[in-house]
Amino acid sequence: MKTFDYVRPATIPEAVAAASAPGAAYLAAGTNLVDLMKGGIAQPGRLVDIGHLPGLDRIEHMPDGGVRIGALVRNADLAYDRDFARRFPAVAEALLSGASPQLRNAATVGGNLMQRTRCAYFYDLASACNKREPGSGCDALGGENRLHAVLGWSESCIATHPSDFCVPLVALNATVEIEGAAGRREVPVESFHRLPDGHPERDSVLEPGELITGVRLPAEAAGFAGHARYLKVRERTSYAFAVVSAVAALRIEDGAIAEARIALGGVALKPWRVRDAEASLADARPDAPAFREAARIALADARPSGENGFKIELARRIVTRALTLAAAGTPDRVPALPASPFAPVPGELSHV
Amino acid sequence: MSEISLTQNPAHVRHGSNVGQPLTRRDGLLKVTGAARYAADNHPESMVYAALAVSSIARGRVTALDVAAAKAHPGVIDVMTPENRPPLAEDPDAKNHPFMFRLDVLQNDRVRYPNQPIAVVIADTLEAATEGAALLAPRYDVEPARVGLDGNEVFTPQGVGVGNPPNDSHGDVEAGLAAASRRVEATYETPAQYHNPMEPHAIVAAWDGDRLSIDTPTQGLAMAVGRVAGLFGIAPEDIHIRSPFLGGGFGGKGVMSGPQVLGILAARMVGRPVKLVLRREQMYGPVGHRGPTRQTLRLGTAGDGALTALAHHTRTASSTFDDFFEPASNASHTLYASPAIATSHDGVRLDTGTPMFMRAPGEATGSLALEGALDEMAEACGMDPLDFRLKNYAEVEPTSGKPFSSKALRECYAQGAERFGWAARPLQPRQMRDASGLLVGWGMGTATFPALMFQAEARAAIKSDGTGLMETGAQDMGQGAWTALAQIAADGLGLDIDQVEFRAGTSDLPDAGIAGGSGHTATAGMALHDAGAKVIARLADLATSAENSPLFGAGNAGVVARDGRLFRRDDESRSESYADILARAGLPEIEARGKSAADPAVRNAYAMHAHGAVFAEVKVHPELGQIRVTRLVGAFAAGRVINPRMVESQYLGGMIWGVSFALHEHAITDRRSGRIMNANLAEYHVPVNADIPSVEAILVEEHDPHVNALGIKGVGEIGVTGTAGAIANAVWHATGIRVRHLPIGLEGLLAGGLGDA
Amino acid sequence: MSFSITLTVNEVARTVTLDDPRVTLLDLLRERLDLTGTKKGCDRGQCGACTVLVDGRRINSCLALAISHDGAQIRTIEGLAKGDELHPVQAAFIAHDGFQCGFCTPGQIMSAVGLIEEAQAGADPERVREGMSGNLCRCAAYAGITRAVLDAQERMAGAGRKDAA
Repeated sequence: MKTFDYVRPATIPEAVAAASAPGAAYLAAGTNLVDLMKGGIAQPGRLVDIGHLPGLDRIEHMPDGGVRIGALVRNADLAYDRDFARRFPAVAEALLSGASPQLRNAATVGGNLMQRTRCAYFYDLASACNKREPGSGCDALGGENRLHAVLGWSESCIATHPSDFCVPLVALNATVEIEGAAGRREVPVESFHRLPDGHPERDSVLEPGELITGVRLPAEAAGFAGHARYLKVRERTSYAFAVVSAVAALRIEDGAIAEARIALGGVALKPWRVRDAEASLADARPDAPAFREAARIALADARPSGENGFKIELARRIVTRALTLAAAGTPDRVPALPASPFAPVPGELSHV
Repeated sequence: MSEISLTQNPAHVRHGSNVGQPLTRRDGLLKVTGAARYAADNHPESMVYAALAVSSIARGRVTALDVAAAKAHPGVIDVMTPENRPPLAEDPDAKNHPFMFRLDVLQNDRVRYPNQPIAVVIADTLEAATEGAALLAPRYDVEPARVGLDGNEVFTPQGVGVGNPPNDSHGDVEAGLAAASRRVEATYETPAQYHNPMEPHAIVAAWDGDRLSIDTPTQGLAMAVGRVAGLFGIAPEDIHIRSPFLGGGFGGKGVMSGPQVLGILAARMVGRPVKLVLRREQMYGPVGHRGPTRQTLRLGTAGDGALTALAHHTRTASSTFDDFFEPASNASHTLYASPAIATSHDGVRLDTGTPMFMRAPGEATGSLALEGALDEMAEACGMDPLDFRLKNYAEVEPTSGKPFSSKALRECYAQGAERFGWAARPLQPRQMRDASGLLVGWGMGTATFPALMFQAEARAAIKSDGTGLMETGAQDMGQGAWTALAQIAADGLGLDIDQVEFRAGTSDLPDAGIAGGSGHTATAGMALHDAGAKVIARLADLATSAENSPLFGAGNAGVVARDGRLFRRDDESRSESYADILARAGLPEIEARGKSAADPAVRNAYAMHAHGAVFAEVKVHPELGQIRVTRLVGAFAAGRVINPRMVESQYLGGMIWGVSFALHEHAITDRRSGRIMNANLAEYHVPVNADIPSVEAILVEEHDPHVNALGIKGVGEIGVTGTAGAIANAVWHATGIRVRHLPIGLEGLLAGGLGDA
Repeated sequence: MSFSITLTVNEVARTVTLDDPRVTLLDLLRERLDLTGTKKGCDRGQCGACTVLVDGRRINSCLALAISHDGAQIRTIEGLAKGDELHPVQAAFIAHDGFQCGFCTPGQIMSAVGLIEEAQAGADPERVREGMSGNLCRCAAYAGITRAVLDAQERMAGAGRKDAA
């Protein structure tokens, strides 16, 4: 690991000032950043430790029914917050399907938004990677890319975003609170992460020195609580990144879908919301043909970036299945195997 | 109470009650309190840290290293490269015997595989050494990498495994196939796998003049000493290796690796003790792996389901510079009665580190393909897979015609099937679903592993207070040597286990052979047993020749050693304690040395193998294709069980390795660069706890009067065999899809049509 | 540049002068405080061998920079037993043979203690297995580990009830 200056600001303005210098990076728990530094992928010259900043570790239920999650709230604390999990169950399920208990105990909400791709070529310093080293090329193209992107990719980068948490956030219209030298701004999570578009080295819309201070979920997001599931296909039962994942959230009124939210994980360089597919479900009966049609629409623009064509069909199926599970109703408690295809399902679904 | 006899008609017998008891681990307290000292936990005075720099290319030459940049980093003491590496007394590329593997220890600038050591940085702190290694920023002349089983010229190796012939043939396979009423041909592919013990290879080396003190994990202390002595040109007596605990070995710590030797060289270079620990990603190259295979099985059966021919061909790979060829086809030698059996191997040389023995080398890979093909033939015959195996049960070893020294495989089948509920299995696939709609499948496989024995020595002593001491340089890598061997030692001395001090794990003790081949308990155990017999015989001589002993004159009748006393065999009212015998003789202690080796006469007369049957239940999501092994039952017969608790753990661990083999492990090599793209534990998957909801092992009673006097066959590897095949067969039974490309996963099932509307 | 930090490790305050901000909590424990019970299996948060409790929560100490944990309460495997009396989780790991080589064991045990204190899994074996899935065991002693955690938890609950009575 390259050496670095370590600074520990006492306030957000101090932090922003300290992190505005070139080569500076914010350190929270470090579960991703320290890993990247050990691998030589990240080489910040200065670490600005925000882990001790006051006021960022609270989950606040707002008078308008929304919730504000401080950037330093730990993944596990959010997932196990009873009120939060009751109102935003798919977010809790996604959180608990990610990483391991130890990592969830440390990793923060802000850090989760900032986590970088697991693309092996990004991690491998000897490989060309436009994200790590702009202009060097993309060795994932034509390489071992069975788990790479099928949506929104370009020749410059075919990596995927690894977060589970962010998938329901984009579906539920969450926003990111950002503090910077120029003041405070808010960005929808959906437009927080960037597609490759010429600058794959930039994961997000954050400007140098800008700090995530929190994430907000609007009150209306709680309206999906009764029918919201996150589903994640993995190559082992736990402690694995998604091959493909999906969140499905429905508002069902009088037996029909009043509103649907769908987003996919593991398919693109950002969590992938599919509004056309959502729209196709408006006023539809929550049944298999409608779900299959929504899944078809969701993946209409998908194309393989390599030997990963199977992910497209898998993604269609996971959308269909997530919608089916959501329609059946959110379980009282996050299942023992969160987001797993092996979590028990309500009886009436058994032979669907 | 068990009775152990060294020969069929011993002069003296010893009675003990330790063997067979499910004692908890004697090293358990140390391990649960963090006090067990593994190699990297040592920190001698003035120790410094070494870090490896490894190659990022598969083939070529290192043309430049920025040594100045590394040296300029604060804390860096020195950088070892081919230019300044201290000399060795022996060429690291020499190969004097099949157990000697060529090492990369900075002998030149050649790169012959990814992650090959190319320099060592030594620094005051671990952080400085690690960053120093990164600062070397090597440049290379790159040559094209040879990757994959079609990546180079095919040839027939001289030997497979350790010195086995590559081809073997009994009967006329082609005639058998021609005469068959049903034929199956199937090709299975298995990937390269890496041992990945939880403890990375580590060494703490300290020189004192030409004397060398080492803490390092090794499965073979005496062999390690011999290797280091040869390389450094020093006397074996001047080398002291401590390896009391290995944080897992699985074959990967069987021989001294290049990085361990580099740690010793670094210590020599800086004149201070050095600690060198591999980073996890550095475990994917210089410390061995299981080679990939492509196996083609051809089976023929007569109308009644009896095999008429069995042909098993394996393509595998070794490195470009050394030989280890996974002997996968040889798994077909012993299990099924076929009048014609032909096994063959060919190989390619690839730009990888040299493959090595990895838990059940050959048997794990080979049994996966064999059990899969057997299942395919059972399906073709419309027979239940267990009935099909019973139909082809080998009453004698089919390739040699020898009788088995013992073989309780029928009992394994019966007890495993009963416990699992196999009888309820529908013959056709895709017949079962659970309450959540998941596809359910049941599959089985036969497990087998040879009963091997190597050579070992041990020393036994009885002290004036009547307590005992047993010593042998055995290695505990988790199999339970500290416990099981102590049980054998105690019974060997006719003492309670608490009355015996058992020493192991260091190189100054008698050579206990290698902890490998599932032969360590038999090998080291028999040496302990023999040493015990000899020291009891000497004690008996003292007593029976002393006129004032109650045992005087009992020499011909013999004595029984039990509970720290010798009893006259024909009159147990006459006895004397060990302490009294030694006191009369005026001796502070009495000692003897014992040894063990396989008996060639017995080897000639009998086929000796452990056996088992594994039954697996898998669930598969009908559309999404994710697989989970929801139930595993294994029944194994491996001769005498020294400690059932530890043996059960070995079986369970082996079976979970089978899960890993079937569904998880897979080194992903970039086809262009030859680099391993998942050289970590996040993407090189091994099972986690949630993957293993239910696993059971049944210890089937088996008495083997021939294999060795203790009746031990070995249990460390057999659990892997059979299990991977059982799972693959269960996946077929759940889905109707045969996936022959391992590990079985989403693509294979989706490509096979799973969930297609 | 050097930094002075104070940690409470197994209830003992330790003031450490760090001459290097790169030192992880794991390397601090192992290489500078002679607490080698905590193990390094991957150094990248992928195996769980380095699990310790920080302020009562189980985390991977390999990804925690020591310098950012000034003032933290650390509990390691060395601090679990009370003298000769093993913690119930330690005793249960021995009784159920929840390990073989023992290298992952300190991490497994600390993780189990954390899991029990989190009180999310209860007596549901599936939740315990999921909750212990951040700790790889290559010897694959998983069945024994799960039994040990369930057994220890039950004993601790029983002892708690007795204490309360």
